[in-house]
Amino acid sequence: MKTIYVDNNATTQVDESVLQEMLPYFTESYGNPSSMHTFGGNVAADISKARERVAALINAEPEEIVFTSCGTESDSTAIWATIEAYPDKKHIVTSRVEHPAIKNLFEHLSKKKGYTVSFVPVDKKGNLDLDYLYEQLTPETAIVSIMWANNETGVIYPMDEIAAAVREKGIVFHTDAVQAVGKLEVDVKKTPVGLLSLSGHKIHAPKGVGALYLKKGTKFSPFLIGGHQEHGRRGGTENVASLVGLGRAAELAKQKLSNSTPKIAALRDKLEKNLLERIPHSMVNGDPQHRLPNTSNISYEYVEGEAILLMMNEFGICASSGSACTSGSLEPSHVLRAMGVPFTAAHGSIRYSLSDYNTEEEIDTIIERTPPIIERLRELSPFWSQRKAS
Amino acid sequence: MWEYTDKVKDHFINPRNVGFIDDFDGMGEVGSLACGDALKLTFKLDDEGRISDAKFQTFGCASAIASSSALTEMIKGMSLDEAAKITNEDIAVYLGGLPKEKMHCSVLGRDALEHAIANYRGEEIKEKEGEIVCECFGITNLEIERAVTESGLTTVEDVTDYVKAGGGCGNCHDRIREIIKEVSSQSITERQKMENLTNIQKIKLIEETLDREVKPALNKDGGDIELVDFNNGTVFVKLHGTCSNCASSQLTLKNYVETKIKDLVSPELVVEEVVQ
Repeated sequence: MKTIYVDNNATTQVDESVLQEMLPYFTESYGNPSSMHTFGGNVAADISKARERVAALINAEPEEIVFTSCGTESDSTAIWATIEAYPDKKHIVTSRVEHPAIKNLFEHLSKKKGYTVSFVPVDKKGNLDLDYLYEQLTPETAIVSIMWANNETGVIYPMDEIAAAVREKGIVFHTDAVQAVGKLEVDVKKTPVGLLSLSGHKIHAPKGVGALYLKKGTKFSPFLIGGHQEHGRRGGTENVASLVGLGRAAELAKQKLSNSTPKIAALRDKLEKNLLERIPHSMVNGDPQHRLPNTSNISYEYVEGEAILLMMNEFGICASSGSACTSGSLEPSHVLRAMGVPFTAAHGSIRYSLSDYNTEEEIDTIIERTPPIIERLRELSPFWSQRKAS
Repeated sequence: MWEYTDKVKDHFINPRNVGFIDDFDGMGEVGSLACGDALKLTFKLDDEGRISDAKFQTFGCASAIASSSALTEMIKGMSLDEAAKITNEDIAVYLGGLPKEKMHCSVLGRDALEHAIANYRGEEIKEKEGEIVCECFGITNLEIERAVTESGLTTVEDVTDYVKAGGGCGNCHDRIREIIKEVSSQSITERQKMENLTNIQKIKLIEETLDREVKPALNKDGGDIELVDFNNGTVFVKLHGTCSNCASSQLTLKNYVETKIKDLVSPELVVEEVVQ
């Protein structure tokens, strides 16, 4: 059975050319970039090239890029460095719909470190309450962290406006751009962010590598304290192969962005339109006007997401769900809850996230396979028979 | 991804007895859309009072559907008295096991069966008797006590896995911990009546009791206690920390430790200190 992978907001496949560029660093080019000899020094030069490529993707300067092990590390580094730089400011701001990398960190800072956290709410479509956000900004605010685009719904937040407003107040602004980079034009010269997190495995690089953009002049202290690697901004011997892989993936993402985006968006729109048409009591979560081109989050009422996913799995279709049962927690997705999506719909939500690798044929298969799955599960559901009876 | 047994997968992909018996003899309905799982169970009795048919409708994940399907297969042919004895563990065993986090799906099945039997007998289910402990999922202390007793649960996470309590905001975790403590001290009192414990079981029980009842109190004062040996009704322990050179350590040992052990494990036991 062929795998149909539409779970690219979870992770992506490593591009073949990325893999090829990485391979020598597992064999002949095993030198330590910190070494004095040419054998290691050559590797350091390759890391510099990777840094340039990553910088180019977001229009940053190479020295503004710090390599990390993942998006979560980038987020944690950004937040801890900033609150350490402003020890007297005990107020921090984020949104209700952040990835756990930010959400759980802010909750930790609130519970264990005495910080007051403002969580900016969203409306039914998942758009941020900007007025609320701006009202929270005070001289006591150490940092504002708002994601660039939401991983579950794909909703894009107005970064230019938010970043400018926060900067105007002299407050540090961080954005978790893990889902935006590679899918949207991200230009740190246009959008005045102070810190920005990105992750390799969302853009066809391997897992275990990420980067933090650190605008020149931003106060910083390392999260991993150790050697002088990354210009003293992150200790630890470099994960050379992965950094090179991230460099190549960044270059590819930049090249492909303008061409692949319309193609991916067209496939996503076809998928969404057909599923909504063919399946009654289904609805899109997240504002279609401000959304990543690859993401569609659809709720099927009266059925439960894990059951849908497992039925899809029988046909090799890979997606994810905001249902409680898939996460091991008992609460459905905090993002959908924050949007006020009713329980009936939140439990039955499925996120489809496409990539450049998806084909029209695959999308047609999903369109064909899904309606019978929903119908079958609804036949099992006591709420569906009640609904039909009334 | 959950690790489901082949039997769970089979009952999910090919569920048995889906539907609703219009002229049912008993019907049980539990769960809700908000909770993420719900089950409606109906059964029909034959002339001898045995369950001749059972059908279910379930909203929920794969294990909820599989548990419901399994339950209907299990109860067919049973008398109501037999069916009433089915526990959630029986349902899980029938399926070859469920992931720990999914045990509440089997509890859902047992609850629906109880409701259906009560419905047939014209009894009222007093499910919300007791005080609500978990506000998020509306779970009472009695429901938690029952799960802790029947399934031998020892942690808040266990309780969440079985009855969902504590799986939301987390405000009730302290109360759940108290309930576990209350229930386990009761069950130990009951266990002392069991005379046929093996030596290993006795040692385990003594160790558990020391860990739970004695150590925390000694730790508070900077002391500690270690079980060294158990022989012919004598518990040999070593005292550490401030206890080891405390003038009143013998008093602690006899009055406090031994009393606890006698109370909670067996009145025949004596405690002796091993001195280096």
